[in-house]
Amino acid sequence: MSEPELLLPHNRILRYAFHERLTHWVSGFSFLYLMLTGLAFWSPWLFWIAYVCGGPQVSRVLHPWVGLIFVVALAYLYIMWHAHMHTTETDKEWWRNVNHYTKNEDELMPPAGRYNAGQKLLFWGFVICGILLVLSGVVLWLPEYIPWNLRILRYLAVIVHPGAAMLSIGLFLIHIYMSVFAERGALNSMIGGDVSRDFVRRYHPGWYKEVMGDSTQALPPK
Amino acid sequence: MSQETMRVQKISAHAGTVPGEGTQREYTVSKLIDTTTCIGCKACEVACMEWNDLPFGETFFDNTYQTMPETRWNYWNLILFNEHEKEDGSLMWLMRKNQCMHCADPGCLAACPSDGAIIQYTNGIVDFQQEKCIGCGYCITGCPFNIPKFNPETKRVYKCTLCADRVGEGLEPACIKACPTGCLHFGSKEDMKELAEKRTTQLREHYNFPNAGVYDPAGVGGTGVMYILHDATQPELYGGLPKDPHIPLAVRLWKGPIKWLGNLAMVGGIIGLFIHYLRFGPKDKEDEQIREEIAAAQEKEVKAREENRAAVRAEVNQEGGEPSKGGHPR
Repeated sequence: MSEPELLLPHNRILRYAFHERLTHWVSGFSFLYLMLTGLAFWSPWLFWIAYVCGGPQVSRVLHPWVGLIFVVALAYLYIMWHAHMHTTETDKEWWRNVNHYTKNEDELMPPAGRYNAGQKLLFWGFVICGILLVLSGVVLWLPEYIPWNLRILRYLAVIVHPGAAMLSIGLFLIHIYMSVFAERGALNSMIGGDVSRDFVRRYHPGWYKEVMGDSTQALPPK
Repeated sequence: MSQETMRVQKISAHAGTVPGEGTQREYTVSKLIDTTTCIGCKACEVACMEWNDLPFGETFFDNTYQTMPETRWNYWNLILFNEHEKEDGSLMWLMRKNQCMHCADPGCLAACPSDGAIIQYTNGIVDFQQEKCIGCGYCITGCPFNIPKFNPETKRVYKCTLCADRVGEGLEPACIKACPTGCLHFGSKEDMKELAEKRTTQLREHYNFPNAGVYDPAGVGGTGVMYILHDATQPELYGGLPKDPHIPLAVRLWKGPIKWLGNLAMVGGIIGLFIHYLRFGPKDKEDEQIREEIAAAQEKEVKAREENRAAVRAEVNQEGGEPSKGGHPR
């Protein structure tokens, strides 16, 4: 199976279409804002962030609305990508070899498809955290409408919201580290949309086969 | 009870210690409410609204004296009525003036994320500073007594101040001043405790209330508002007064272990990733490889050229006989 529409000139491959990139950055920047203002409410030592973000009152008002934007973007990312995110046998093999991955010994890794097992975990982590955050967030948004005899909801929310936030910040840190520092070319793929063939061959050999398909056989023998 | 008792002793979400904490010996103030002599006249409610200049809200009538179910952002002091049927079938009308309890260990203050929005004076009064309130409502979650109320218009939270402005000037709270039966008392906590003890002894020994007692729950470190109850074993009868109030466990977990675990994980994560980068660097050595390949190719080319030259030179030498005869050496 070949996907020639993904093949670009100059040996480039289209990894993310425009609408994928745009949605990614909407969720990315809204997450950044949510993380910063959320951390301001999280710890007195970080409360100054709220002043940087326009004042504590403004942050309190905007945080839930930006949260809605984040969740809508996340939902769209889910619709676009969830089909690629199912665990395969290769992914199980990938996790068994994850120590090689962390040591940058990518040649020892089983051939990942369009997304490797770590990226899939990140995806599901963000989706689950997003659901937990929006559910608890609604309670925290309008606590005055929670009647006294349903106050258990508020108690759950103040545990679930920071818990899921901490988890998603952990995922976020790994995501930034991998895309900006570890896998050079990954950040560019989310900006320009394209990656080199070498990048795909190196990190996503399974997907490389899919994309190149017959064209690899069409190449002249060495 | 005057101005020197109005030093700040606790501050919400404050990064650091409280300035001037513990520099002076202070005594705490307390309101003592004797429910056994309350007649439910609501004079305290009116006095509260008058003094604090609160706008009047809608009330409703449901064939009882209860004009609203609970306190509101603009109604800080509400008598809760309960027509309680005793075991012998006789009726007992329980009335409790409900307002902020001014806990020694306030849940609202523990939950508040805004620096200085909730403070506790050294005299024990817990006061909201609305200009610093961000309207998150965490205090509503932290309070075990359902007291802080949100004003959707100003997006700030309000509650009884124990008339901190009056107390600071050496006056009693407005509600105390208005009470016609003298069921409301105000003074130092020690004096009020003594008074309460005397009254409960009287109730137990002379009025056939063997369970009479003082409500000063230890779960919140004691309260700045104490009740004398006919039956201290059943505080729930008095408008749902919790038997053993304490800061909700969820709030304690959230502001305690979860916070420290989270901080540790975040800082540890950042440090860990940085160290990982120092140790292993980027995955993508592509540029480096290409540079190496180019360098290798160039080297190969240079070598080939030199070999070529050497070959040509050898050829020339062979043809021209003596090597020195050909003019300049190359």
